[in-house]
Amino acid sequence: MKHFRKGDGERSGLFTRRALVLGGAQAVLLTALAGRLYQLQVVETDRFANLADENRISMRLLPPSRGLIFDRGGIPLAVNRNNFRVMAASERGRGADVLVERLDQILVLGDADKVRLLRELRRSRNAQPVVVRENLGWEEVARIEFNAPDLPGVFIDLGQSRDYPEGELMSHIVGYTGRVADEDLAGRDDPVLQLATMRFGKKGVERSFEDDLRGRAGAVQVEVNAVGRVVRELDRTEGQPGANALLTIDLDIQRFAAEKMKEHQSGSVVVLDVITGDVIAMVSTPGFDPSTFARGITQAEWRDLLDDPQRPLHNKAIAGVYPPGSTYKMVTALAALEAKVIDPWTRLPCPGYLELGKIKFHCWLKGGHGSTNVSEAIAMSCDCFFYEAARRAGIDRVSDMAQRLGFGKVSELGLPGESAANQPTRAWKQEKIGKAWQHGDTFNLGIGQGYMTATPLQLAIMTARLANGGYEVQPNLLLAKATPREELAPPAPRTKPTAPSLRLNPQHLAIIRQGMSDVVNTGHGTANALRAKQPEFTFAGKTGTAQVKRITEREREMGITQASLPWHLRHHALFVCYGPVDNPRYACAVIVEHGQAGGATAGPIGRDVLIETMKRDPSRRTDRFKKMASR
Amino acid sequence: MGSGPSLDAPAPVGFAEKIWRINWGLVLVLTAIAGIGVLALYSAAGGRFEPWAARHAVRYGSALVLMLVVALVHPKVWLALAWPIYIVSVLMLVAVDVIGKIGMGAQRWLVLGPIQIQPSEIAKVAVILMIARYYHGLRREQAGQFLYTLPPLAMILVVVGLVMVQPDLGTAMMVLMGGGALLFVAGVRIWMFLAAGIGAVACLPIAWSLMHEYQKKRVLTFLDPDRDPLGAGYHITQSKIAIGSGGMFGKGFLKGTQSSLNFLPEKQTDFIFTTFVEEWGMAGALVLLGLFALVVVWGFSIALRSQHHFGRLLALGVTAMLFLYMFINTAMVMGMLPVVGVPLPLVSNGGTALLSVMFACGLLIGVNVYRDAQLPRTR
Repeated sequence: MKHFRKGDGERSGLFTRRALVLGGAQAVLLTALAGRLYQLQVVETDRFANLADENRISMRLLPPSRGLIFDRGGIPLAVNRNNFRVMAASERGRGADVLVERLDQILVLGDADKVRLLRELRRSRNAQPVVVRENLGWEEVARIEFNAPDLPGVFIDLGQSRDYPEGELMSHIVGYTGRVADEDLAGRDDPVLQLATMRFGKKGVERSFEDDLRGRAGAVQVEVNAVGRVVRELDRTEGQPGANALLTIDLDIQRFAAEKMKEHQSGSVVVLDVITGDVIAMVSTPGFDPSTFARGITQAEWRDLLDDPQRPLHNKAIAGVYPPGSTYKMVTALAALEAKVIDPWTRLPCPGYLELGKIKFHCWLKGGHGSTNVSEAIAMSCDCFFYEAARRAGIDRVSDMAQRLGFGKVSELGLPGESAANQPTRAWKQEKIGKAWQHGDTFNLGIGQGYMTATPLQLAIMTARLANGGYEVQPNLLLAKATPREELAPPAPRTKPTAPSLRLNPQHLAIIRQGMSDVVNTGHGTANALRAKQPEFTFAGKTGTAQVKRITEREREMGITQASLPWHLRHHALFVCYGPVDNPRYACAVIVEHGQAGGATAGPIGRDVLIETMKRDPSRRTDRFKKMASR
Repeated sequence: MGSGPSLDAPAPVGFAEKIWRINWGLVLVLTAIAGIGVLALYSAAGGRFEPWAARHAVRYGSALVLMLVVALVHPKVWLALAWPIYIVSVLMLVAVDVIGKIGMGAQRWLVLGPIQIQPSEIAKVAVILMIARYYHGLRREQAGQFLYTLPPLAMILVVVGLVMVQPDLGTAMMVLMGGGALLFVAGVRIWMFLAAGIGAVACLPIAWSLMHEYQKKRVLTFLDPDRDPLGAGYHITQSKIAIGSGGMFGKGFLKGTQSSLNFLPEKQTDFIFTTFVEEWGMAGALVLLGLFALVVVWGFSIALRSQHHFGRLLALGVTAMLFLYMFINTAMVMGMLPVVGVPLPLVSNGGTALLSVMFACGLLIGVNVYRDAQLPRTR
């Protein structure tokens, strides 16, 4: 037994030594744990406390409600209505495939939507919800709620969507909204634009007043759990709803003008207040149904709209460009008068054509007008007079006058897609065509043909500036804006233009206006048939016919006339007018695409719309608004 | 090798003496740790006894009875049962691996009728028993020789290998390190540990190639938690946020945001320490670590007071195992070690682990009760 004890003693001694070493090591490790605790809980505790708050506290933006849009009488043109939509969230697209398949079974999404949804789910950070479908009916809401246990991350959200009560009638002016696109974000760092449910103005006033209509987002601070479900609300800051907009448009006149345009396939009417520049009506036919955009347009519907030869998405009033034809003759006349190359009494001969070298420039009247002064030439629309007047004034002065009257540039209207059309100059031709300006070009420009193009809005602006005594009015769509609806009211009526004067000789303007009045109100005028029956609505105007395809001598001999040409090759019919003739307040420009003759097709529309406008006299009457607002 | 009465032999110990020799202070400390477990589990369930806290208390109660019964069993019984227990646990590990292969996927459980058994928990204790028994039978010189080191090494590595393929990296690491600690105190030469260390470093690339994808990810994520803040690194990051935001005195009982809002993963098992520390702060953490340190100190004193080598090694093995459990778990949740599935003994929810820990504590206390028993140096 002795060796047993002895051996055990040795073993026990070694064991004790080694055990102490082990115990020491454990003490070191324990100290390391305590040190780590100290580091985490004392040294870095503030940082971790912040991180814990970032985890649990989430800022949710409250999208502001979009400002409403009214016509000048207070009739709603764009409103918000409740929109039940299905939203889905998944952390970095986890389980997105299964989710989308299940949603497809319940809602029938279609392939394009499925692809979009998958892409958005995979892209969304911090499990930000994305929109599955909007404008749900009760039945669909019920189906989603019923299947909720099988649809993790899917919920119903009550939002607002845009509704356009006047539909197609106001489609080009009011426009529509759509999902926020990347290019919409340029220069805007408003975080609310990152929300999947946010809508952004795409066309019309919805676009041009976007930053006013949108409003400011509120924010709510909520405590969320690890899967993003809100546990409770901690703090709330209310946002500010978007500003409401009162447009200059008079819906009744707009509707009247649209009715008048109905008998023609496509065209445009613009009515301006010549003193304020207010756009009273602006019609472009055909229009489109903005509700298809509000509810989400399908690929097929989009194709149809794009492929339509009459281009319903195109606002012809501001984006349609046409040779102004004879409606341009006032510009030529004024340029020549101001340049003093003619005076009000100068008579120029018209033998039916003018010769420039070997080329014959024909007057529309075979045999010619004999000799005319400037107002007679306007009244009878004598081409030869304006060939010669343009030749005398020269391209530079004609072009300069045209630009002062609004041609060749985009106005201050602000609607997206407005075209500057083309007011040719020497420099323009050299640059674009690569050839020097020819005398023949000046002849053509003198009667509004050749390289010259204009939009209906530009024609209306020109007419307004001639009618208001030479003030540089700019078209304007916004009468008033205010965030609380009660404060929305039209400004006091104005009777004097506030725009800068063009410094034109009043006598010259009077001569031009006399010519335009004679067009309608004298027997030799080209549009005498249109004259007003009631004397208080007496107005002045000018017809125009813009060549689309030139009918050659040979074709004319073969009996080809405008009416026998296919629709898209026929001339455009133009008419500009203003009234009342002695104290002008409204200007109107009408274009009927391929309407053949200005006096016959565009003229009656211009007359009826102008007389209707004068009858209602929207610029001087605010009582209608008061009636609407007090409702 | 006879064991008759001798002059040195102590007087036989009566039942009352045995009861007296049970380390009631240690029992109290263990109960205090389990009490913290109940508290933390109550909080992890959002202030409810269901589903974890109540069950944990009940389990601890029955495990306490088991521990006391084990403590009163004579060490010679364990000496005799070491081999059978080891063989049974290895067979069960093999069974688990085979079932896991068939069932395609990680498998740690064996279902025997109404109870689920985690064989690796039994194997941990079995390895300690086996090594203690082996070195009990060796002479001092033999313990230092290389050849005599091979059998216990094989015993350890068989279990480590079987646990590794489950795969359960945490438990495998624990068995390896616990076994290593035992070999160290048993007298294995230092140069062998150095050689093993160098060999292990050399074998790292091979081990790396054998690891599962998720295990590799965990190691990489440990080395750089920001690699994947929403994936594998999420657990570590969130745990550190919870512990750090607790500060000195914690957010208060039931007020831990990280755990109540579910930012913490596995908050009732591997991350129970985090749940507790978020609410009780550094003060609570130090109390808990202090209680564990008390257990370790108690274990060492029991080991050093044992008159027989089997008792010494058994006590130290159990102590080392408890320490490793505690250290690996807390170091892991604080981001000092990779995330490996190791529960915090007596605190984490889980039946088998609690039973195996309490069984081991029973063995430890038993060493004290029978500290002067005479044990033959059987082979």
